[in-house]
Parts: sequence; structure tokens; C-alpha cells
Amino acid sequence: MSDTRSALTRDEVAHLAKLARLAVTDDELNVFAEQLEVILGAVARVGEVAAADIPPTSHAVPLENVFRPDVLVPSLLRDDVLAGAPSVEEDRFRVPQILGEEE
Amino acid sequence: MAALFELTAADTAAAVRDGSVSAVEVAQAHLDRITEVDGDVKAFLQVDAVGALAAAAAVDARRSAGEHLGPLAGVPLAMKDVVVTKGLETTAGSKILQGWVPPYDATVTTRIKQAGIVMLGKTNMDEFAMGSSTENSAFFPTHNPWDLGRVPGGSSGGSSAAVAAFEAPLSIGTDTGGSIRQPAAVTGIVGHKPTYGAVSRYGLIAFSSSLDQAGPFGRTVLDTALLHQVIAGHDPCDSTSIPNPGPDVVAAARDGALGELAGVRVGIVTELTGLNGGYQQGVLDSFAAAVETLRGLGADIVEVSCPNFDYALAAYYLIAPSECSSNLARFDSVRYGLRVGDDGGHSLEEVMSLTREAGFGAEVKRRIMIGTYALSSGYYDAYYGQAQKVRTLISRDFAAAFATTDVLISPTSPFVAFGIGERVADPMAMYVNDLCTLPASLAGTPAISVPCGLSDETGPALPVGLQIMAPTMADDRCYRVGAAFEAAYNAANGPILGRIPTLGGAR
Repeated sequence: MSDTRSALTRDEVAHLAKLARLAVTDDELNVFAEQLEVILGAVARVGEVAAADIPPTSHAVPLENVFRPDVLVPSLLRDDVLAGAPSVEEDRFRVPQILGEEE
Repeated sequence: MAALFELTAADTAAAVRDGSVSAVEVAQAHLDRITEVDGDVKAFLQVDAVGALAAAAAVDARRSAGEHLGPLAGVPLAMKDVVVTKGLETTAGSKILQGWVPPYDATVTTRIKQAGIVMLGKTNMDEFAMGSSTENSAFFPTHNPWDLGRVPGGSSGGSSAAVAAFEAPLSIGTDTGGSIRQPAAVTGIVGHKPTYGAVSRYGLIAFSSSLDQAGPFGRTVLDTALLHQVIAGHDPCDSTSIPNPGPDVVAAARDGALGELAGVRVGIVTELTGLNGGYQQGVLDSFAAAVETLRGLGADIVEVSCPNFDYALAAYYLIAPSECSSNLARFDSVRYGLRVGDDGGHSLEEVMSLTREAGFGAEVKRRIMIGTYALSSGYYDAYYGQAQKVRTLISRDFAAAFATTDVLISPTSPFVAFGIGERVADPMAMYVNDLCTLPASLAGTPAISVPCGLSDETGPALPVGLQIMAPTMADDRCYRVGAAFEAAYNAANGPILGRIPTLGGAR
């Protein structure tokens, strides 16, 4: 079995959660650290397979050069799309501040 | 005479066509049945009575005008809530999409509407189709109509329960690692995962894009084939859609029902027969009886080894979470769904993180983090990259096996329906439900689950499923062998759903 992984620490799970934009709680960190450790231990079995020369498969039914005719087709109406948004302003998606005030 | 909700889809459509019953009467009978039993079963997240009756009235009007009606016109259907429906709330079982009303129809939805099929409502599911029990729904668990204390399988558990409870003769599910086949097996109905690319993914809320595939549920193989024929076919809106119409699965189901399998080579997959334990004896006994039934129909039974299938679970639970961690990045609190913490004091990034924390359930968070880990630099080659290579080897095992066989068979799941709450604390105990269904998911090959017996090993008599796998774009073989098996089983034992306990006032 490939030994590519050391035990998953609580800090590492916190880092994963940050990368994945999940504001997890302290209680969740404890539970997830334990569960992810078990899951990663199980899936690490893929390392047992000798596959150095095997090409990877990304799609089961590979298709190449999928084109469509270059004709105009109607897209969704703006109001229909904005109707599903959590916040709208001046016919646009309204988002919270991206830069700090002092910037 | 049988109640309207007990008829097969094929018989219902015939009755609507010849005018012996109206589509509105059929729809109302099913809406009444839902009112009667869904308080116990909880298959539906939303029932659209107004829309269903309007769709049914439109079918009746077309008939009155002398128009030709298609083979399923006027037949009710339950739609999994992962398929978007214009004007009808679509949540994928998640709080993050609660209240979202899609501005467009999925191609599957469009084809169903064009066929005159009457959509009754949206069915419950594991959040974003991640799970094997429907307990990961953010709203409530669905109950198995065979034993209300048990799960209906998952992730398409609302769709399987609705059909088994006679709330609808047909439903749509989606299958990423077994989410049509396993729920079909544990509720005693038929469910088919088509060849990847045979049914458009346009308008399916994505979980794992290289694996997701929508497919039909029915109470008979023929009904399932009739629905397959409606939803399958090339769609320019899905760039992974296979550009040819696919085989005639309805003809295959009718042919199979004649009960003749002479010369058909059926391979038992050694790795999926529980040699290393982990399969319930009642499942193995039903499977062994099914093998003898197929032999009795004239099939040549051989045993084939697919050694890399042993690694399907590990490969799948790397590939699917990796793709999900990317796909679910779209739930960013900006364009649709939930937004939390937008109080002027939090940045966009903080709002995004608070929203995803509040909107996603535990299993979704676990998979996103596993995927994030497997795709991160330093681990990519050992995890995601290696899983993709194992996927190649699994496809090669299928190719080698199909060089000497026409179809492969196995139990659909190692277990019958388990108790609600029994496996929620241990993610791996949930994942092994998919042991037998994962190889066909990874290879993109079609596979059907057909009821093949009952097991009382864990208490009441509960259904067991037979999985029949075929090569890419040979879905017709699944239906032919499945229909032959169904005919022989029913002739000997009667239909399995004839044994389901009574719900509400009538079965």
C-alpha cells in the first residue's frame, strides 16, 4: 500500500474547509477529522494497483470536437434569471463588498 | 377491477388512448393515492396537483381533437428533485436551494412534457444525490413502503418509494454510483441506469459530471423501457450526449418477455459474489435462485473474473468527491439559492463560507473536503490521478468480460433495506451499499436492477435486486434479459409487489 499520507490533523481539516469555503464549527472539525481519516484510509487502496503505465480515464465515453451549428438561439431572459438570485440591484446580481473600506 | 393507481404505465396509456378512462381521472386517482399514503411514505418534497391536472386535461383535449397520442400519454410520473422544472421549485434535497424556482426545463423534463406524461411532483432525495438511503435529504427521510421503519435506498429514494407505494407508475431517478439501481432493488421495482451519454444531462443539477446519468423507474421492465425510450437520445445542449438514437429498448423488453434466452451468454462476476464476506445470505440465496431461473430460460451461464472491480469503491469515492468539490463551487451565494451573513460587516468571501456552512449538510461537506484533498497538489497523483487509472482498468475488465459474454450479472446491493438511522453515523457503512453498482458507473456502461426475490433475514420479507450489466450502448440487452427473467419469476412466484404490505386503505 502506498504510504503517501500521514494522519489527517485537525488543522489540516480546517485548512481544507477554508479552501472549500466552508465556515465549519469547532465541533464539526473534531467529527470531520475522524471521519475523513477513515474515508481517506479506505480510498487509499487505489494505491495498491500497479498502474504506472495505464492512461487515466476522465470520461467513460470520450467524444472529441463536439460542435454545434453557428446559429443564434435565445438565451434565458434577464428577469427570469435574476428572479432566483438572493439579492439584486439595478438588474444585476448584488454582492457583498469584495475589498475593505481602507483599500 | 384494479384501482387506476394499480395499473401498469402501458395499460394506463392504452386505456387513455381508447377512451375507457380520461387522463384527468388517472391523475386524480394518483393524487388521491398520494393524499392517502404519502403522510407515511414521504416520497414527495412537493406535489403539483394543479400542474398535473392541467397536463392531464391537455392530453384529454388532444385526444378529443383526434390527435395521435404517444405510448405514455396521460401516464403520471414522479420527478426526482435534482431535475430542473421551469416554474416548479427544485432543491436537490438541499437547504442551499430551498425556494429556488428554475427559469428553464431540463431536457428530460421537456421530453416528458412533450410525451404527454403527467408530472405529479418532485421527489425526495439525498442532498445533491450524495447517499444511499435518502436520509441525507435536508428536509426529511423517506420511508420504505415495504417497512416504514426502513430506508427506500438512495439517492433516488423518493422516486423508488413513490413507485413501490403505487403513488405513480413511473418515476425519474439519477444514478451516479448506483442511485437508481440500489433504490429499485430495496423497494422491489425496476430501475435502469442508461449508458453514460444516452440521456441528456442538461438541467440535471450536477454532482459528478463524468458519472451522473438520469434514468427510469417502473414496476415492470416494459414500463421502464417505455420511459427510457422517451428520455433517451442525442441533445445538442449536452456536449457529452452520444450523437445517435441508441437501441430500441421497448422492442427488447417485448422480445425478452417471450421468455427465450437460448444462446445468451450470461457471466457471473466472481468479484461481486461475496466471496470475501460482507453480503447478506438472503441476498446471495435470491441471486443463486435467479441464476438457476436464467439457466432454465436457456442462457449459458459462465463465471468471469473482473479483478479490478475490487478497487471500484476506492476509485469512485475519490473521483465522485473530486468532481463534486468542483461542481458545488457554483453555490457561492451570488446567483441563486441561499445567502447568509450579508449584513454589511462581512466580505463576499465570508458570506460565501457562511452560506455554504449553513446550506450544506454533513455528507456534502465531507465529500467536498475529500475532493479538495484528493485534487490538492502533492496528493493529486496518488489519489485522483491513480483513481482515474483504476477507472481505465475497470473498463478494460468489462471489455475482456464482454468478449466472452453478452451480459454480466450480480446482486444489485449486498443488503436489503436497512433501518432508518442504522448507518448514518458511519460514512463507510453507507458507502458499501454501492459495492456492486460502482463498476458500471465508472465504466459508463448500462445496468438494470430487476426484483429477484425476498429475504426475511433481517425481519420482514424484503426485496432483493438482480443487476444485469451490458456493454456501452447495448442497453437493449439489459431490458431483454430483465424482461425474460421477470416473466419467468412472475410465472413461478407472482409479482414481488403483490407481496407488499397494505398501505392506507388499499394496497
